[in-house]
Amino acid sequence: MAEAKNGIKNLLEFEKPLVPIFKKIEELKAVSAHGMDMTEEIKMLQKRIETLRREIFQNLSPIQIVQLARHILRPTTLDYINMMVEDFVELRGDRNYGDDPALVGGVGRLNGKPVLVIGHQKGHTTKELLARNFGMANPEGYRKALRLMRVAQRANRPIISLVDTPGAYPGIGAEERGQSEAIAKNLREMAALTVPFVTVITGEGGSGGALGIGMGNRVLMLQYSIYSVISPEGCASILFRDATRAPEAATASKITAKDLLEFDVIDEIIKEPVGGAHNDPSASAQNIQVSVTKHIEELSKLSPRELIADRYRKYRKMGIFIES
Amino acid sequence: MAKISIHEWFTRKKKAKAETEAVSARLDIPGNLWIKCYKCSATLFIKDLEANLKVCPKCNYHFKLSSAERIKLLCDEGTFKELNAEIRSTDFLGFSDSQPYQKRIEDSMLKSNLMEAVITGEGQVSSIPVALGVMDFSFMGGSMGSVVGEKITRIAEHGMEHKLPVIVVTASGGARMQEGIMSLMQMAKTSAALQRLREFGLPYIVILTDPTTGGTTASFAMLGDIHIAEPGALIGFAGPRVIEQTIRQKLPVGFQRSEFLESHGMVDVIVNRKDLKSTLTKILRFYKD
Repeated sequence: MAEAKNGIKNLLEFEKPLVPIFKKIEELKAVSAHGMDMTEEIKMLQKRIETLRREIFQNLSPIQIVQLARHILRPTTLDYINMMVEDFVELRGDRNYGDDPALVGGVGRLNGKPVLVIGHQKGHTTKELLARNFGMANPEGYRKALRLMRVAQRANRPIISLVDTPGAYPGIGAEERGQSEAIAKNLREMAALTVPFVTVITGEGGSGGALGIGMGNRVLMLQYSIYSVISPEGCASILFRDATRAPEAATASKITAKDLLEFDVIDEIIKEPVGGAHNDPSASAQNIQVSVTKHIEELSKLSPRELIADRYRKYRKMGIFIES
Repeated sequence: MAKISIHEWFTRKKKAKAETEAVSARLDIPGNLWIKCYKCSATLFIKDLEANLKVCPKCNYHFKLSSAERIKLLCDEGTFKELNAEIRSTDFLGFSDSQPYQKRIEDSMLKSNLMEAVITGEGQVSSIPVALGVMDFSFMGGSMGSVVGEKITRIAEHGMEHKLPVIVVTASGGARMQEGIMSLMQMAKTSAALQRLREFGLPYIVILTDPTTGGTTASFAMLGDIHIAEPGALIGFAGPRVIEQTIRQKLPVGFQRSEFLESHGMVDVIVNRKDLKSTLTKILRFYKD
């Protein structure tokens, strides 16, 4: 897993004001190595980093949130599973074509209670990302997810889906094997699930590829995650005919957790540690665990029929239009 | 300026448009008499093309039909009654690309003479009553925003209420980006409604026409009990350009066309336009008789 307290490396452009302080700390550490005690000074500087970071993170623009959502060190689905789920057993394959490493799932325990977890899987290095196809699932990934959701349903266990994908993979094989059909079928079948179902957008909620496992009774978003119908770059290149206008597109399309809460598309924002989830993955996992547990407990009071009705109500009211 | 309602504004504009059209009709511009087939480049007399249901007599290329033409093709004369015609899109995001979304909606209304990218209603196909939704590519590329999602959902609900088979003719570039996440949520809404229709035991038939891509394909277009496609229609999840850019390869000939989908098991039957109604009738009778 990623080094939790990442220092100067992997700072985003907007975090650059922190660089001189990090450098100063390194200098002081070098001096301490020669016998002088600089512990107090280093502590002070680390405090300054915290304060400055807090300030920077108070006013992030949508495109800066996009950068955080895509951060190479951002905890992945398997990171969260390792931190939250005990006795996890990964389950593979769609029983038809193959196994998709870009979408993982399995059974385990959350707070001692059995759950099924599915989620898109990215990575922290180029090698990992390539092996996971950057978290872009193929049809067999969506079909595996559906198979596992039905495993949970038959066992009467709640389902947690963790969403983190740029989108469903746009490739030749994906079209041949019916990417559209796989996603569409998941949407229809998720509507009919008789068990509690909670979705958490942990990073990138990329369009149909995200929604394909994301039709929970509750949809929660990490503070610095995004959820959109198209990437800001895609939106800019199609609608503005200029991909460099992505920052503008990110703002206009309303893709942050705060925006989506206002539109009632999501139910709750899960706080991230200062500096983002990658700055303290276990704190982020802890926040997710608390929130997901609460929602599963609430939903567990509903009967299978009520769970379906609850989900239907949620999605039936989506849409803004004028009717005279 | 005096305030007018959107409806008044729309009627006025429509009238103005009808007048200019009448003028150009009188002028009888020769440019409007002939058209080159997009596929085989044969020069076709428009009247002949229309008599042939807008199918090229030389190469069988199926030109796009408007929703009105499609309804005329499928429904028994005078049986179609439109439902939910009054639902309109609104620019709730305050979205503007090369022009504001609100203006785009209004321009599309004028240009297409439609209120939205789908017309829904009840009609009869060979005397069998059906609930029908017909998408129209000429309204913002048939894109799915809140209104398209709502009308598709309501026609499925109408089918359930009146125990009618539901038929949807698709023609859509995908989600309407100007409505952001709300357009994505239409995929969830329509699919959930179709789940109910399925539980109800009513048939849902999709007729896929050129083009059907993106969020439309990845929701209600691929959920039919039966999938009928017109020949040569582009049907896919990702657009061909996006795929080419991703894999950096040329795409094979015929990729994502109806015939490709049929051979990959995604489409039941490809039907020439002249046989569409009779084929649909046979399928409806399977359920009805």
